[in-house]
Amino acid sequence: MDATITFTVNGQPRTVTTDPQRRLLDVLREDLQLTGTKYGCGDGYCGACTVLIDGKRERACHLPVTAADKRDILTIEGLCQGDKLHPVQEAFMAENAFQCGYCTPGMIMSTVALLKEKPNPSEAQIREWMNGHLCRCCGYPKILNAVRRAAQARR
Amino acid sequence: MSTRQDKRIVKSQVKSTCDRTAAPNEISRRDFVQMLGAGLLIAVSAPVVSAQRGGRGGGGGRARSISARLHVGIDGTISVMTGKIEQGQGARAEITAAAAEELGVAASRLNLIMGDTSLVPDDGPTVGSMTTPLTIPPVRQAAAAARTLLIGLAAQKWGVDRAALQVSDGKITHAASNRTLTYADLARTEDLPKAFAQAAPADVTVRVVKDWKVLGTPLPRPNGRDLVTGAHRFPSDIIRPGMLYGKVLRAPAYGVKLISVDLAPAKAMKDVVVVQEGSFVGVAARTTLVAERAIEEIAKTAQWETSPQPSSTEIFGYLKRRAQNQPANPFADELAKAAKVLKATYNVAYIQHTPMETRSAVAEWADGKLTVWTGTQNPFGWHSQLVQAFGLATDAVRLLVPDFGGGFGGKSQGEVHVEAARLAKAAGKPVCVKWTRAEEFTWAYFRPAAVIEIEAGLDPKGVLTSWHFVNINAGSPGIETPYRAGRAQSRSVNTNSPLRQGSYRALASTGNNFARECFMDELAAAAGADPLEFRLAHLDNPRIRAVLEAATQRFDWKNRVERKSPTVGVGLACGTEKNSVVAACAEIALDEAGKMTVCRVCEAFECGKILNPVNLMSQVQGCIIMGMGAALREEMRFANGKILNASFGSYEVPRFDDVPELDIQLLDRPDMNAVGGGETPIIAIAPAIANAVYHATGKRVRALPIKVPV
Repeated sequence: MDATITFTVNGQPRTVTTDPQRRLLDVLREDLQLTGTKYGCGDGYCGACTVLIDGKRERACHLPVTAADKRDILTIEGLCQGDKLHPVQEAFMAENAFQCGYCTPGMIMSTVALLKEKPNPSEAQIREWMNGHLCRCCGYPKILNAVRRAAQARR
Repeated sequence: MSTRQDKRIVKSQVKSTCDRTAAPNEISRRDFVQMLGAGLLIAVSAPVVSAQRGGRGGGGGRARSISARLHVGIDGTISVMTGKIEQGQGARAEITAAAAEELGVAASRLNLIMGDTSLVPDDGPTVGSMTTPLTIPPVRQAAAAARTLLIGLAAQKWGVDRAALQVSDGKITHAASNRTLTYADLARTEDLPKAFAQAAPADVTVRVVKDWKVLGTPLPRPNGRDLVTGAHRFPSDIIRPGMLYGKVLRAPAYGVKLISVDLAPAKAMKDVVVVQEGSFVGVAARTTLVAERAIEEIAKTAQWETSPQPSSTEIFGYLKRRAQNQPANPFADELAKAAKVLKATYNVAYIQHTPMETRSAVAEWADGKLTVWTGTQNPFGWHSQLVQAFGLATDAVRLLVPDFGGGFGGKSQGEVHVEAARLAKAAGKPVCVKWTRAEEFTWAYFRPAAVIEIEAGLDPKGVLTSWHFVNINAGSPGIETPYRAGRAQSRSVNTNSPLRQGSYRALASTGNNFARECFMDELAAAAGADPLEFRLAHLDNPRIRAVLEAATQRFDWKNRVERKSPTVGVGLACGTEKNSVVAACAEIALDEAGKMTVCRVCEAFECGKILNPVNLMSQVQGCIIMGMGAALREEMRFANGKILNASFGSYEVPRFDDVPELDIQLLDRPDMNAVGGGETPIIAIAPAIANAVYHATGKRVRALPIKVPV
């Protein structure tokens, strides 16, 4: 029996009628064609699927789509204001904080959530917050630089 | 065709290579050339490169005699075409910079088309650090030829001496008469295509290093903006109209064969396409969830025939017992005379590449032709596999490789492209097959496990008199010792690997260098020498000496090694592979439970002239940290052929909290040709850490991953 999910995605009201057991990640990618949110492991170990729900970061890979009902979803595609990059995106560009770039949307979304929660994070807080994210290119040093730069830009 | 029409077509063609909305097979190479007829086409003879390193393919152009390499559009768009792919290693920036340098235009003016078999020349697979030494030169040659021809045409048009012309950012200027022509102006000249469809002269002059304006400067990833906005479509992000999602039935373990399966339950599901061709069983459905359910229904009915398979706990004995033609040490005479003889065996576990993007492919059939988007390091190889698998004409298959999410040697071989094409053919609709993480962990291939046996002798002065080195299973890259050793022999022998195995960043040189560098430390201790002094005393290669001296000076090795502590250790290692050299010093800390933290790493790396320092730094950082994973934790565990840790929860790759203090020196050698830098920086870190563990504990490490001796 399909369920009807009504939610806001990147500021747009959306309605999806689908199997309630489908993962939010699959609905974003397959139904809404928002492919910026990535599948990395399906188990919540890598953070590639990170989105913000009501401003808090969530793993879209193991959330059923029903968990997004009546909520406000922000994906990587919703971060720009027109052509203007979000400061966190700017920071990742400035630090060349990507190699293959597949983990990048999740890293950026998590950084956005971090700076909402802790506008002035310590080095230890940055590492702890980001530790649930994997980058297999192991570009961690430049990603850390980008997070620091983004935090600095807010000050 | 009017100019206006041409312009539109040119733009759409160039965009289409990375745009998911492009219709499949709408352009063949011939079409492309015809469509761009109003532009300028430079064809360049690519050098014939013999297969290297055990048949792993060339890096700079196969035996194709003429290859179109770049195109100047009438709208000013300059397209460069390469069979190389981008997987995060930086080829896009580097090839773009090489072409921009020789054309005399800003890198931002160029559009690099990569890995589209209908448009690009076959530059061989993207493996073995070969893009820099073998693809950059022909790209530069073609671009330099284009620049020379363009200047010549301007000179002819104006009736002036070409020496009086200057080029800047795609504009040719005759200062004396204050006239200018852009490359686009010249491309608009109607008789140009014929005039310029010729091979580039082999003796064309490329810019010397001191004149470089683009190469050698930091060039960020050209499509970086698309990565941070989520706009870039990785292979697994390709969406086609009406596309279905596919799943393939996998065996539960290695050494298992399918006997029978009942497809009826899956066929009874609404809108599910079920395919069985021999042992291939797959499904396609409108959502991933339905496809997963359908394949689970089939899996429940599957009958498998099993055969006994080894387990990871016994793997090293298993490999050694099956080793073929194990050579005996031929230096018995030397050993009999030696003051000291040392012998040790090192084991290296199977590990997985685990790129962030798992294998994926989207396949679409139209009018008997097949288009596949996938992430592969070997576009033309996979293209040929599709041609063969479906009995198609070569030009009936187009394979596109959007920049993809990591390979590390792990996407040279695979079958996901054929899987997607089979399902799409049966479904009559495009199908996307994306492997799960568990599939990737289990059925992609592994870096080979290895058993490495070394025996060496020292004379009374602590000088190496003989060296005998045998690698069982992992292969020969990096096997030759760079140290002077009286008499030396290093050999690789085959055995029967129970798991799929294949290339991994730096191949067997990681294991070979690990064993050699650990054993050199053992020999240094036996000789009563400092590990650095012992190495330098046996090292003639000035480049290795230079990186070793750079890394140890920065690390303050001589003072650090004197400070002994059971909880802090320092170690060093060096090596050479793929014509580049590396040295690393590591400091580790051990807590009371024996848990190890890598605190600081100083690494020095040199790969000739540096082409893109910002990317090279990323590669070296990535190599060190990726190498720490294999050093500290990564190993595939399996029992009776079944993989036991096919998850990031149980197979622990490096994370943010593993990142040590990194002090990296990139040594630039403008006097040398550039070689690749994406592999060799990985080979020194594991032995440096292992030697640091010995420094702290006094106990030797002889296996990867490192288990701290208690």
